[in-house]
Amino acid sequence: MIHQYKNNGYNIVLDVNSGSVHVVDDLVYDIIAIYEDCGQDEIVERLSGRYERDQILEALGEVRQLEEDGLLFTEDTYKDYIIDFKSRPTVVKALCLHIAHDCNLACKYCFAEEGEYHGRRALMSFEVGKKALDFLIANSGSRVHLEVDFFGGEPLMNFDVVRKLVEYGRSQEKIHNKKFRFTLTTNGVLLNDDVMEFANKEMANVVLSVDGRKEVHDRMRPFRNGQGSYDLIMPKFIKMAESRNQTNYYVRGTFTHYNTDFAKDVLSLADMGFKQISVEPVVAPPQEPYAITTEDVPILCEQYDQLAREMIRREKEGRGFNFFHFMIDLTGGPCVAKRLSGCGSGTEYLAVTPWGDFYPCHQFVGQEEFLMGNVDEGIVRTDIRDEFKMCNVYAKDKCRQCFARFYCSGGCAANAYNFNHSITDAYDIGCDLMRKRVECAIMIKAAQAALEEGE
Amino acid sequence: MKRVKTLTSRTLKNTMVKGGCGECQTSCQSACKTSCTVGNQSCENNK
Repeated sequence: MIHQYKNNGYNIVLDVNSGSVHVVDDLVYDIIAIYEDCGQDEIVERLSGRYERDQILEALGEVRQLEEDGLLFTEDTYKDYIIDFKSRPTVVKALCLHIAHDCNLACKYCFAEEGEYHGRRALMSFEVGKKALDFLIANSGSRVHLEVDFFGGEPLMNFDVVRKLVEYGRSQEKIHNKKFRFTLTTNGVLLNDDVMEFANKEMANVVLSVDGRKEVHDRMRPFRNGQGSYDLIMPKFIKMAESRNQTNYYVRGTFTHYNTDFAKDVLSLADMGFKQISVEPVVAPPQEPYAITTEDVPILCEQYDQLAREMIRREKEGRGFNFFHFMIDLTGGPCVAKRLSGCGSGTEYLAVTPWGDFYPCHQFVGQEEFLMGNVDEGIVRTDIRDEFKMCNVYAKDKCRQCFARFYCSGGCAANAYNFNHSITDAYDIGCDLMRKRVECAIMIKAAQAALEEGE
Repeated sequence: MKRVKTLTSRTLKNTMVKGGCGECQTSCQSACKTSCTVGNQSCENNK
């Protein structure tokens, strides 16, 4: 399978199944588009109005060479491998701990409904959290690295328990030959020097929620009294990012139908000095006024293009930054098993509620049909686990013809379910945006390669 | 090659041999929490 596109002056050819990426001239680009359907004579005939015969034959030689080298027109031979891979016994390696189902903000797009997840306000006790960590250790098999995200609601509303659980986790590492990677997602309201010092010592990553421009942020992320939160959190986030030497954190925003010019929000965060930025489309039921619409998609795609070009410009000027969705590792990225087997929700990744219930991931919390078990009994509904286990790109019709399947791993199961009531379907708007992001990310790599060669 | 610049000639097929150890980060634990992005993650064995 080939995906070819033109972006920012580059002709890019992606050989999907091998993962090879080529930047080609116009002639090779045109040949590749018809190569599989035409013999040599027909190719020459069809292109002879625009190119000289000798040139066409020379370019055709290069295309053939790439094909022989296994870098073009390769087959997808992974299906049986992935099904076999997914059939292996399940181990759990990551937990999303809902340390607080409560929040001190009232963000209008919150899928957790102001932290409460369609349920009651609650804080996780140390005892429940400890059982969750014990469950993780006991069910992680030979995996060494275990990930625990302190999530909410707002986890700093229960910071004492966060601190104790980290201490407990560390005490278990040597005993069980495990290494915990703790992460924290926070809105910043309760962030202070004490929390920062602790987080910088113990948290492998922190996610700081901020949407970009002040007016955009304050519209969607107010306190319960309606007042905006930007002025309170922004100075703290700047301090936190600096205290982590601008690494191992993300400022993480959400864009909605209200700010389809979201590239300005990304650049606003970059202008504030942040170097690790993630700004993502809201996931919301279509009837919400802030939900992304099908009509928004072309506008958003143009925004991604603008952002990509601006990032290249800033990098040339020595003031580049990372945008999470444009980060792509072409040479050392994940193995094909990782790329095609899905996000791991419901199998190696679980969400834990304050009272110790397990759900496939944080986005399913509160949907009772997805309640899988709890910290006392373990996974009771193995049928749910098994359904998620077989959720991979080959189980999804929409993924089969999509070039981006090796980059998104089949997309988000929760989005698929929310929009189509099936975890093996896909959320179409999300797919359109994902494809655009992959194209931009690869274009940036082409531009970087050109820059390195002094072009 | 005159007309082609290959950015990566890595072939994913080769990762079938040693791949699938599972030590890498779970995608939703990185930053997203609402989308699934694996292409930008790094392999634990390449660190």
